[in-house]
Amino acid sequence: MAILIDEKTRIIVQGFTGRIGTFHAQEMIDYGSNVVGGVTPGKGGQTHLGLPVFNTVKEAVDQVGAEASIVFVPPAFAADSIMEAADAGIKYCVSITDGIPTQDMMTVKNFLRRFPKKERMLLTGPNCAGTISPERAMLGIMPGHIYMRGNVGVVGRSGTLGYEAADQMRLLGIGISTSVGIGGDPIPGSSHRDILERLEQDPETKVALMIGEIGGPQEVEAGRFAKEHMSKPLVAYIAGLTAPEGRRMGHAGAIISSAGESAAEKVAMLKDLGVTICPTPSLMGQTVAEVLEKL
Amino acid sequence: MNIHEYQAKEILAAYGVKIAEGGLAYSIEESVQRAREIEGGVWVVKAQIHSGARGKAGGIKVCKTHAEVEQAAEALLGKKLVTHQTGSAGKICSRLYIEAGTSIAKEMYLSFMIDRISERVIMIGSAEGGMEIEKLAVSKPEAIIKIYIEPAVGLQDFQARKMAFALGIDAAQLNHAVKTIKGCYRALRDLDANILEINPLVITANNDIMALDAKMVFDENALFRRHKIAELRDNTQVDPREVAAAEAGLSYVGLDGDIGCMINGAGLAMATMDMIKLAGGEPANFLDVGGGASAERTEKAFRLVLADANVKAMLVNIFAGINRCDWIAEGVVQAVRNIDMKVPLVVRLSGTNVEEGRRIIADSGLPIITADTLAEAAEKVVHARNEVVAQKA
Repeated sequence: MAILIDEKTRIIVQGFTGRIGTFHAQEMIDYGSNVVGGVTPGKGGQTHLGLPVFNTVKEAVDQVGAEASIVFVPPAFAADSIMEAADAGIKYCVSITDGIPTQDMMTVKNFLRRFPKKERMLLTGPNCAGTISPERAMLGIMPGHIYMRGNVGVVGRSGTLGYEAADQMRLLGIGISTSVGIGGDPIPGSSHRDILERLEQDPETKVALMIGEIGGPQEVEAGRFAKEHMSKPLVAYIAGLTAPEGRRMGHAGAIISSAGESAAEKVAMLKDLGVTICPTPSLMGQTVAEVLEKL
Repeated sequence: MNIHEYQAKEILAAYGVKIAEGGLAYSIEESVQRAREIEGGVWVVKAQIHSGARGKAGGIKVCKTHAEVEQAAEALLGKKLVTHQTGSAGKICSRLYIEAGTSIAKEMYLSFMIDRISERVIMIGSAEGGMEIEKLAVSKPEAIIKIYIEPAVGLQDFQARKMAFALGIDAAQLNHAVKTIKGCYRALRDLDANILEINPLVITANNDIMALDAKMVFDENALFRRHKIAELRDNTQVDPREVAAAEAGLSYVGLDGDIGCMINGAGLAMATMDMIKLAGGEPANFLDVGGGASAERTEKAFRLVLADANVKAMLVNIFAGINRCDWIAEGVVQAVRNIDMKVPLVVRLSGTNVEEGRRIIADSGLPIITADTLAEAAEKVVHARNEVVAQKA
């Protein structure tokens, strides 16, 4: 099953013909993702990587039945590309782009809310590594070979820390149903909670792992959701024990700016909500293994 | 990006917010000259540093004569001010803002910020100005008014009136208050600010509404389209290591520990620092070298980390995704050869082409300590650091 994407999902690449778009489109194709074309305004009608290029997302939806898109468009134009995807009827969009202005994301989220929930595009990212349903499809920039198929659903803000978790699990023989990067920005397309809702519904997923960090309210919100609405166990790690207050730790959203946003406070609140905490980042795999054994 | 009070006030004045007459000075003479230009018998000499709580740190001085202005300027210029926001390192004051003294009838609080929960701009106000809003939120939460602003339509007059009445502003000043509040909101939206705080907003003895202090924080990601704002950057207020890092396109935050770090990815960097702490060490820095770490970039990162004299050992932790471990290993070997490294180095590589990467490190003949896992890497670097300290003692 998995969530969001599988081997049948018809994928297009926005910013297809650029250097980065080209590289990752090829990687996704090699992984087995069903890439059906791409969009670069002004280059419609051309062929790139053996696939059709369209001027607009709408053309891609109409002509090749695009369902999902991945955005590699530079930060100044990325918000526009995301809204174009939503307008064209794309169901799921991953935005890889790092550096989108916060107010642009505010506009994007406001735009998405105008659609009735059933017709609303799901967005993950920006500033993320993407989504992978191992051995079926990759809609992202991760090293696909470190992900093994299995029954742990993963949601995380960081790319490389997600790789670390996948690698630790693989070495212990634990696989992943779907791993979703929600990105390091202050206003993300989807929150941890949005993804947990889907993992809870996914029959393949037995345990969920949340990889959070300092800044913002969303890990604790996800913990509350897990306590009230999830039947599956939730394991969490929160990065940034050593992060000082008021300093941005790389990610635009990784900044402790008010009470409850430090790693220690989040860990304490998540523990109270019954979430299993990974005591160290090197024990993410081990902690998941222990929870799986108890099932 | 932070800017100075005087810069924020200039911006707000252009949006119709009243500010006191004032002028900028870089020297004692200029300070006195500014005071001469401003009428009245009271001047406030304000240290321009990127921090709040300057009053408590002695950075704001009320003067009644030109001689007092001179003394105040002498006491502040070139000095380090330490506030609870600057940390123990403090911030150097190299600019003063000389402002006409204002007789205050009432102090209030007004701020706007992008709220991560509602994903909207939130306007926050309190009739109890002058206090730190965080403390007020704890001691007297009912004294704080919050109004959420719908992004598509913006701040409406009725919302500004609602805030003005909540702040206790008289009907006679209502129109002025609405103009002030809407001006602030427009400044935040037009210029891609994340935070705009006026503490205090005051009503003067002459019934004027005036911003007595102003703080604006801008979205770094939007500076590409806000050239005039980008020009307001004052690197003297930023850790020099961070300035050098930004110039090299690296994301670096200086900390107080002694274990230097170079990691790819912000989350993995934070996690690695956590591991160092759990192993009994203290990280000297956060450094995300990014996805496409070339040999040149790796060397720049090494130089940056080692420029910190506190560093007693260094840890490199790379999880190669798009990157390849063999490229990273070559970069590390090149950096170590080019830089005369005096501290032990621990390298942990994982991900794409890891065997080749490890072989390059092993074949280099350099005294590089290697580790396979995150835990092992943290333990080894803390151990190496402790040995360095023991040898020196």
